[in-house]
Amino acid sequence: MGIVEAILLSVITAATPLVLAAAGELVAERSGVLNLGVEGMMIMGAVCAFAATQLSGSPYVGVLAGVGAGALFSLLFGFLTLTLVANQVATGLALTLLGLGVSGMLGESFLGMQGIKLQPIAVPLLSRVPFIGPLLFRQDAIFYLSIAIVAGIHWFLFRTRSGLKLRAVGDSHGSAHALGVDVIRTRYLAVLFGGACAGLAGAQLSLVYTPQWVENMSAGRGWIALALVVFASWRPWRVVAGGYLFGAVSISQLHAQAFGIGIPSQFLSSLPYVATIVVLILISHNRRMTLINTPASLGKPFVPDR
Amino acid sequence: MRIELEKRPKVSALYSILSPFIAFALTIVFGGIMFALLGKNPVAALYSFFVEPLSEVWSLHELAIKAAPLILIGVGLSVCFRSNNWNIGAEGQFIMGAIAGSIFPVVFYEWQSPLMLPLMLLLGMVGGALFAAIPAFLKAHMNTNEILTSLMLVYVAQLFLDWLVRGPWRNPQGMNFPETRSFGVDAILPEMLASGRTHWGFAFAILAALAVWFMMRYTLRGFEITVLGQSERAGRFAGFSSRKMIWFSMLFSGALAGLAGISEVSGAIQQLRPVISPGYGFTAIIVAFLGRLNPLGIIAAGLVLALTYLGGEAAQLSIGVSDKVTRVFQGLLLFFVLSCDTLIHYRIRLVRERFAALKTDEAH
Repeated sequence: MGIVEAILLSVITAATPLVLAAAGELVAERSGVLNLGVEGMMIMGAVCAFAATQLSGSPYVGVLAGVGAGALFSLLFGFLTLTLVANQVATGLALTLLGLGVSGMLGESFLGMQGIKLQPIAVPLLSRVPFIGPLLFRQDAIFYLSIAIVAGIHWFLFRTRSGLKLRAVGDSHGSAHALGVDVIRTRYLAVLFGGACAGLAGAQLSLVYTPQWVENMSAGRGWIALALVVFASWRPWRVVAGGYLFGAVSISQLHAQAFGIGIPSQFLSSLPYVATIVVLILISHNRRMTLINTPASLGKPFVPDR
Repeated sequence: MRIELEKRPKVSALYSILSPFIAFALTIVFGGIMFALLGKNPVAALYSFFVEPLSEVWSLHELAIKAAPLILIGVGLSVCFRSNNWNIGAEGQFIMGAIAGSIFPVVFYEWQSPLMLPLMLLLGMVGGALFAAIPAFLKAHMNTNEILTSLMLVYVAQLFLDWLVRGPWRNPQGMNFPETRSFGVDAILPEMLASGRTHWGFAFAILAALAVWFMMRYTLRGFEITVLGQSERAGRFAGFSSRKMIWFSMLFSGALAGLAGISEVSGAIQQLRPVISPGYGFTAIIVAFLGRLNPLGIIAAGLVLALTYLGGEAAQLSIGVSDKVTRVFQGLLLFFVLSCDTLIHYRIRLVRERFAALKTDEAH
């Protein structure tokens, strides 16, 4: 395997959790819910996936545990913001703070343990295609899932009746409610899906990216995923493009550190965060474009009148 | 069973006062359950978490030291949140304030003057405000979401501090430890009371809270903050500029976070290290909400959250649970605060599912 392939492979691994978390959040935001707790759901997914893998010996059980943990955690957010109409921004922050705390406590006994890596699955025939084969068809299950999920979201949002209803809820919950769509139920499901995706992203971190448990190992990826949704102007395939762009940035800084070019490592490490800010500026300085793309009911609470 | 909300005709004054207490009580109950699940005696654990740290003079001083930055930052954030500007990067502004304020005692360490300390505090506020100016500028003039930019800048500030104390600012006589020179006598914020370590940072915090309380209650600026926060449109009709408010609230909260940073470094740590805050900037968000964004409430809330830091340390020593419990308690507390705030605006009713009712009717 050449150096180019190795670098591209590491970009894919770095990008997958971003793509997954952002795709899930995209669905939640399309339904009008701004869940700032992605970081918290992701870290819960990471710790539960790692713990379940250690206890059961199978990383696939770990993946399921990660998804379950993310989904369960998002339900907490749903209950507060949808049932009790609490402030979405503050509740999202609470979810992140709680997630970082709980994961630190749960993970304490797993610190420093040797992890079990999720093994790649080679797709017959395709994996033997030169260059593309080892890159795209000799990957772990979570990578395949990430692509399938994005494709599925695109199909669901723009090709199905339920997807149309979900977008309607996000753009005008009053009208959707008047037409008989159950706004709260739709949003619960969207939030739940977002949580499951964030949990899966966390599982990828602790089972594929660095197969071990380190406190705060999500390192702001949940927040970058939130920025990615804005970057993608709420369109699924653009999430993939953005995710891979950010994956490339974070990998390039690692390689730059390894080559020891004269820049201090801290400056290189801050590159993904600075890049996020730059991208956000570029994408949002056009006020009108932002207004057109943003789901109109995003972040607004809804109380059905009875 | 289903939960239904019914909008109150008027904001409930009773629950406005009660809700933080209900939230705190619920946190204690859930904390007790958590300790029981960890196999500890919940009563003993809660005692060592919440009561033990209050039983001795030295630990009361520790409480004040930890509460000082929380109150300072929380008061600044309350102005932001009230005007609907979501500065969640106070942790970064805290760090940059600490760095800016440390320029003199670290770089010009030989300079001795009574002016040293005022200059440091001023630079600390400037540093924090300038760092908050970045998300403020981006929101006011580039339409960029301040939540994400201010948060991303926290990581940048942490890495910048790390570089400074390992690189150019490392103590040349420090055996290669990643820390700066210890501050000289002139650069140390003095203790307030004879009985212990509490430094003047605590006084700054109380003063800031009182000043903001006065501003919110008696000045036009306070009214402007409230109006713009509740309805930007109404504010525009009154001639208030939401753009100016972005600048004001962000710079103000940044300056207070910076002041908290330099006070903590100068009063408690007395040098720069790679990590100078156990997440004060984030915990202050909880403080602001637990205090219901009211400066006087924030003083009380700051003391409560400071207690969770001490309680975590005490519980680790006396009953052997992880000090991570602190973070869990803080997260739980914010959750319950936010859910209890629902009671202020809504009446909560438990309704039996309609379908279930229909079915029982048919059975008769």
